[in-house]
Amino acid sequence: MESIYLAIPLAPLLGAIIAGLFGSKIGRKGAHIVTILGVGIACLLSFYVLKHIAFDGNAFNGNVYTWAAIDGLAFNVGFLIDNLTAMMMVVVTFVSLMVHIYTIGYMEHDEDNWPKGSLVGRHSYQRFFSYISLFTFSMLILVMSNNFMQLFFGWEAVGLVSYLLIGFWSTRETAIFANMKAFLVNRVGDFGFLLGIATVLMYFGSMDYAEVFAKAPEVEGVTMSIFGAEEWSVITVACLLLFVGAMGKSAQVPLHVWLPDSMEGPTPISALIHAATMVTAGIFMVARMSPLFELSTTALSVVLLVGAVTALFMGFIGIIQHDIKRVVAYSTLSQLGYMTVALGASAYGAAVFHLMTHAFFKALLFLAAGSVIIAMHHEQDMRKMGGLKKYMPITYWTSLVGSLALIGFPGFSGFFSKDLIIEAVHASSTPHAQIAYWMVLIGVFVTAFYSFRMFFLVFHGKERMDDHTREHLHESPWVVTVPLIALAIPAVISGYLLYPMVVGDFFKNVIAGVGTEGSLATEMKDHYHGIFAFIAHGLMSLPFWLAISGVGSAWFIYMRKPEIASWFYKHFRWLHTLLDNKYYLDAFNQRVFAGGAIALGKGLWAAGDRCLIDGCMVNGSAWIVKKFSAWSRYLQTGFMYHYAFSMIIGLLGLISWVIYKTNVLGISG
Amino acid sequence: MSFSLATPEIFLLSATCFILLLDVFLKDKFRSIGYWASLLALGVTLVLTYQSWTEAKALAFNGMFVHDTLSVVLKMAVLSIVTAIFVYSKPYLIDRKIFKGEFYSISLFATLGMMVMISANTLLMLYMGLELLSLSMYALVAFNRDNGRCTEAAMKYFVLGAIASGMLLYGMSLLYGLSGSIELSSIAEYVANQKIMSSVALLFALTFIIVGLGFKFGVAPFHMWVPDVYQGAPTPVTMMLASAPKIAVFAMTMRLLVGGMEFGSEGWQQMLIPLIVMSMVIGNIAAIAQTNLKRMLAYSTISHMGFVLLGFVSASEGGYSAAMYYAITYAITALGGFAILIALSHEDGDAEELDDLRGLSRRHPWYAFMMMLFLFSMAGVPPLVGFFAKLYILQAVVSAGFVWLAVIAVLMSVVGAFYYLRAIKLMYFDKPIDERSISMSISFNALLSVNGLLVVALGLTPSLMALCLIAIKQSI
Repeated sequence: MESIYLAIPLAPLLGAIIAGLFGSKIGRKGAHIVTILGVGIACLLSFYVLKHIAFDGNAFNGNVYTWAAIDGLAFNVGFLIDNLTAMMMVVVTFVSLMVHIYTIGYMEHDEDNWPKGSLVGRHSYQRFFSYISLFTFSMLILVMSNNFMQLFFGWEAVGLVSYLLIGFWSTRETAIFANMKAFLVNRVGDFGFLLGIATVLMYFGSMDYAEVFAKAPEVEGVTMSIFGAEEWSVITVACLLLFVGAMGKSAQVPLHVWLPDSMEGPTPISALIHAATMVTAGIFMVARMSPLFELSTTALSVVLLVGAVTALFMGFIGIIQHDIKRVVAYSTLSQLGYMTVALGASAYGAAVFHLMTHAFFKALLFLAAGSVIIAMHHEQDMRKMGGLKKYMPITYWTSLVGSLALIGFPGFSGFFSKDLIIEAVHASSTPHAQIAYWMVLIGVFVTAFYSFRMFFLVFHGKERMDDHTREHLHESPWVVTVPLIALAIPAVISGYLLYPMVVGDFFKNVIAGVGTEGSLATEMKDHYHGIFAFIAHGLMSLPFWLAISGVGSAWFIYMRKPEIASWFYKHFRWLHTLLDNKYYLDAFNQRVFAGGAIALGKGLWAAGDRCLIDGCMVNGSAWIVKKFSAWSRYLQTGFMYHYAFSMIIGLLGLISWVIYKTNVLGISG
Repeated sequence: MSFSLATPEIFLLSATCFILLLDVFLKDKFRSIGYWASLLALGVTLVLTYQSWTEAKALAFNGMFVHDTLSVVLKMAVLSIVTAIFVYSKPYLIDRKIFKGEFYSISLFATLGMMVMISANTLLMLYMGLELLSLSMYALVAFNRDNGRCTEAAMKYFVLGAIASGMLLYGMSLLYGLSGSIELSSIAEYVANQKIMSSVALLFALTFIIVGLGFKFGVAPFHMWVPDVYQGAPTPVTMMLASAPKIAVFAMTMRLLVGGMEFGSEGWQQMLIPLIVMSMVIGNIAAIAQTNLKRMLAYSTISHMGFVLLGFVSASEGGYSAAMYYAITYAITALGGFAILIALSHEDGDAEELDDLRGLSRRHPWYAFMMMLFLFSMAGVPPLVGFFAKLYILQAVVSAGFVWLAVIAVLMSVVGAFYYLRAIKLMYFDKPIDERSISMSISFNALLSVNGLLVVALGLTPSLMALCLIAIKQSI
């Protein structure tokens, strides 16, 4: 089995290396064949591993290679393959495979996206495939890790690939700005994450998950002082720091600012990285660390509130966006907020379950949006769309499935996971859970409203595009539609895994609380009476009616009476401005952090760099070195007797030095 | 009986004598038979050495010869490096019409000398091994005897080397006079009963020994021969001078200072420190002023040898093994650097000016990349092996309490980075002066690629350092 575990991440890596380094030799076709083959192998093996782990119950935890050992602390490369990992592996490789296939269609005319004759534009197609395969490798390393160091490696590697892909069209100013922003904001999160790992290492003395979790009860009562005399619980500090990392990667308020801008990248990666997999790494990490988070109510409470704020307030922004991808991006933010809320409510299973269903339907929605963008010749403004239903039937129906899943329509996957989260928050004993409950409840209405606003604006109503675009409208090729259909299937049915995955014991011994008496998970199990009872109950509950009213009002406002929207726009101008400026967070960051850093840098440059370092130290020492080297060259005369002389001088010098030393020591000793 | 411990040496001696005789009877067009026979002899010796691997330390020939993990590891390193030198140097020798059997038989005798030095357990054996090595090297430097610069370099090397040998021998005789024994373990016993800092005679003996060792290492102020000889000697010989003997001299220092006078460490620490500081300063700074590539590498060797000695200053197992690691990995890196010089040479003359590197990335991107690896490794850029070698040394020095020495070493490495980076800049950013295409044999290219791979791989995997640590622990 160990070789299979090794093969799963290495197959995409191999594909990435071949497509990346030899892209010019193997051509476009070679590049996509080799990467799809690599990811395909990883996907098949992941399904096999899922069967092997989940059904035959053979969890694996072991090291394959020791990279270095320092003072008894081993840095290992190892795998922890349990039910959680196996599920993540299947989701990652499956979505990645679909995205790989889809990319063949999406990037077909990529040369049009580059200026004529630009050097970076050469082989961009192969490079793109190399990057997404590399991403798959990194993400697999992240989820399969059995220790913090490898986790951090994967964490940084996915961040790197995300950076490369956001700025993929590197000749565009906006893309460069967006990838720089994503990189810097993630640096903030990663700094916290690294401090968290350091805290764990300092107090647990190990980087291995199993050892750390086993030691957690011992460390529970330990405190540390950070500033002044106040004592902090070590577990709380560690969890909060780790969560800062999760906030960066999973785009939680206030570190969410990079995700909307990341839409500058090509759509396939928006689907794969910025919706389905990488951004959920934070959720996965917290779920993985659940034995630690369970021990700190404070940390859970923070997680809960951050998640609730993200879920609701990012949804609001989604309402006023015109760019089709940005709407989906804000919905991603909001859904990530839902997952985080679930984590805070100790319903880790529900969070991971929503992670999975969300991966399928959100990837679907992004790819469908991409399909629309292809058809519209890279026009992303919804105000110039409309009535696309008759031109693109497959995209239309798959989008409908995705949207219904997103709003949590009973029977679709999102319904089960979201309902479960809302119920869990309602039942949770984490402090402030009731505030969060109402926030996520309102969030349901908002989600339904913006999702169907987009849906109606794009596929129904008047055709607002220009004539030239309309003439060329047609359904996308099969490489695009097949992944849409393939993702639509799990977007519907993956919800029915509710019983085995969350209510049952699937995550027993993996996630804290599952299977123990009195925990939230056990309580949910007691209230569960079969899948159809769950649906029937859902039909009578508040969230369902909120969702329906959201869809209804979207239809009424944007299809029937558009004047309502303009009335709102006129009379609530301030609200629109506030949302349009994203609560002024971007402006604040730009002004205070970016501006402050630039001002500080300029000041230091003028005083320290130009004057002190350049002036005195660099040029000054260079001058000394130059003089000295010229002088030493002068000494090297080439005459043998000079050389011999210098040896004798050296000998005499040494002897004098030794005698001097003995005298000094002789006096003192 | 214990003869069997010296099987590799005995085999190499017999094989070398055979090759010497064989060459006399070979016609010019069959010259390469001698080459293949030499490679075979080295290969078999390597296998024999590997087979003699032991965990236990054993003595032979009445305590003259020692066999331990340290000796096995070092001998294998030396043998592999000499083998690589033979492969690298073949095209050069053929081009210069000096593809003669003597080159191989003399080199093999030098190798034998190094093996003797590595396994020596008495002063006499050490000196014998050293002289076998040195005399062979003098002859090799003068190998292209019709070339004026070659003979001049050989002359300088010989005379200065003789002075150094004299001093070393003088120190040894003092030591023998004091302790009454030539065996290192008895000397160690004697030194243990002395207070080194108050025994002037012992300190005198030590000083002379250190001068001798310093000359062989080529550290300042006994370094003056190094640039001239490196420049004057044919490139394959320079390659030989810069690589394998450094390992043998490391072994000799290990046996003499640590094996024989470990309790006198307080004394030799005091003497090594000025040599190290001077080597690092002079080596790195003088290298900047060089326009000749071989001279530049010569000065860089001087500073690197300062680093090797720095490992001894800490007088701890960690320091010795770091020095051993440094010596081995430096030899491997230098090997690659000089191999590139061989590749760049042509019939009209050696490639030895810095200008010859200009635009190499356009003439032969792979060689340029390899050269970049070697230079980066020498400069100590992670994750290449040179970085880890420096790191281990600095770690040992800092933990022994010589923080100021570590600071000097790091500062001087920064100065050193300048001339390595300048060479890389010439390769990648300048236009080539010489547009001739470069082509070498497959075996040369394959070996060079392996060499480059080693520079990367040895850095990433800590196994060689672990091996050094085991060897040092066992030998002490």
